[in-house]
Amino acid sequence: MPLTEEALQAIALTLRLAGSTTLVLLLLGIPLSWWLATTQSRWRSVIGTLVTLPLVLPPTVLGFYLLLMMGPEGPLGRLTTALDWGLLSFSFTGLLLGSVVFSLPFAVQPLQHAFVAIGPRPLEVAATLGARPLVAFLTVALPLAWPGVLTAVILTFAHTLGEFGVVLMIGGNIPGETAVVSTRIYGHVEAMEYGQAHALAALMVAFSFLVLLLLNLLQRRRSLRVMP
Amino acid sequence: MSLELSLSLARPDFQLAVDLQLPASGISVLFGPSGAGKTTLLRAVAGLEPGRGRVVLNGEVWQDSARQVFLPTWRRPLGYVFQEASLFPHLRVAGNLRYGLRHRDRSRDSVNAGTAVDLGALIELLDIGHLLERFPSQLSGGERQRVAIARAMAPGPHLLLLDEPLASLDRGRRQEILPWLERLREEFAIPMLYVTHSAEEMSRLADCLVILEQGKVRAAGPPAELLAAIDPPLVRGEEGAALLLGQVAEIDTRWHLARVDFPGGSLWLRDPGLAPGSPVRLRVLARDVSLATREPEQTTILNHLQGLIVGIADEEHPAQCLVRVACGDSSLLARVTRRSLSSLALAVGQPVWVQVKSVAIIT
Repeated sequence: MPLTEEALQAIALTLRLAGSTTLVLLLLGIPLSWWLATTQSRWRSVIGTLVTLPLVLPPTVLGFYLLLMMGPEGPLGRLTTALDWGLLSFSFTGLLLGSVVFSLPFAVQPLQHAFVAIGPRPLEVAATLGARPLVAFLTVALPLAWPGVLTAVILTFAHTLGEFGVVLMIGGNIPGETAVVSTRIYGHVEAMEYGQAHALAALMVAFSFLVLLLLNLLQRRRSLRVMP
Repeated sequence: MSLELSLSLARPDFQLAVDLQLPASGISVLFGPSGAGKTTLLRAVAGLEPGRGRVVLNGEVWQDSARQVFLPTWRRPLGYVFQEASLFPHLRVAGNLRYGLRHRDRSRDSVNAGTAVDLGALIELLDIGHLLERFPSQLSGGERQRVAIARAMAPGPHLLLLDEPLASLDRGRRQEILPWLERLREEFAIPMLYVTHSAEEMSRLADCLVILEQGKVRAAGPPAELLAAIDPPLVRGEEGAALLLGQVAEIDTRWHLARVDFPGGSLWLRDPGLAPGSPVRLRVLARDVSLATREPEQTTILNHLQGLIVGIADEEHPAQCLVRVACGDSSLLARVTRRSLSSLALAVGQPVWVQVKSVAIIT
């Protein structure tokens, strides 16, 4: 059956949310995971645990606290109100913030593993060849960690597509603003519109399958490449 | 022209404390058993280990803890060849070679940006021109190490540090790389600090020898002198050998022999194909040298020299001992049995005839 206007809107919003989340998490995750991979600081364990926390917490718990923080009485809510931005809850920006927190471990873990696997030697070599630390990072560490970066992108994107609990808690189900595919499916099922639920659900299954297949192929290629 | 190294570094299980003035030319070999601190010292010179003290090369201060000076590694004009080639796997050979050129140039604020080496000459010298478009994973071990040496040399470092560059190679490949290092020394006149635990590499390459033991300098100086020490000997057992610095004096074309003169005598050996006048290093293993009280006659051994016993020391096995014989300004080591020593009544101060069974040319 053809997709309705509302369904198309939900798909566009989902892709926009997943894309933005991935972008934000790359910018945030690369420095954070580099720090986690190389630091000797005693705060490493604490920060590392905090980053992993969204992996085990129920999305409702995350959503609940985020909602409280963004609400009119929460610290974030007060800040955004004072800045005349209004409240973040039930807005796309709020949803984006929730997704970033929720998918954080999916970006940081593969990046951190990739950086750890490189080891200190290539950066020492770069230093003996006159490259300052930032240059060495950009020209050696990042290219060598490239498979990890790609994995992080795919995992973050796919994980954001499938998120439901956090969205429902802080976003509600506002068409065009916070109604993503997963919440629309829920809405259709509630309203007994099984046909429309089917169309979106099948799309999600197909898309997720393709993404994971891509990831699989990518890891196969990576293990074939022999590093001297 | 000197390299001043005064470095100390403390680890829970290890303490490094050295104070050295090395010539800023030729190859200075840091020699010693594993765990002696050779690599740690080299890394401290490069600024890769946070040692305390002074590192000054020809007046350029790289480090002076007393004055809070510590140039980070990337600002020290040095080249470093690691034990494993450590080429960047994501760059082709050409990209690896250019890496230092690109980045060293930008760090003009370093003590001195280095005087760029003629890259073409370097590629030709190390014979890697046909490898430029390959990735490191497509190179053999020996090729990788040659590229690593060229990469370290390309930005025109003021000091080249080499950390057992041949240790990861098999014997054949090692023999393949050694001549390149010697040519590098001749053609680029760059001082090198060379870490090794191989007596063979050390005797072949060292212009200046530093012996490290448990983080301290046991001895430093000209290798021929240090190698002649017997109490305790620098190298024990089968590898114990004296080093003679001489030059080819005469070629006997009939018997394919060459005469090499050294301060204190001369030796005949298989013609190595070098022109008269060429400088050579001879390594004479202590186990290939025997002693006699009269001039040997009717023997197949070609070389005998007259000398004076200047020292006798214990060997690892109680049956044997090590005898140091002075022949003019040079010294030879002989490993003989205690029984022979006793039956010939040999003692320090006594003149003897030295028979040399075999000599290895190492340069």
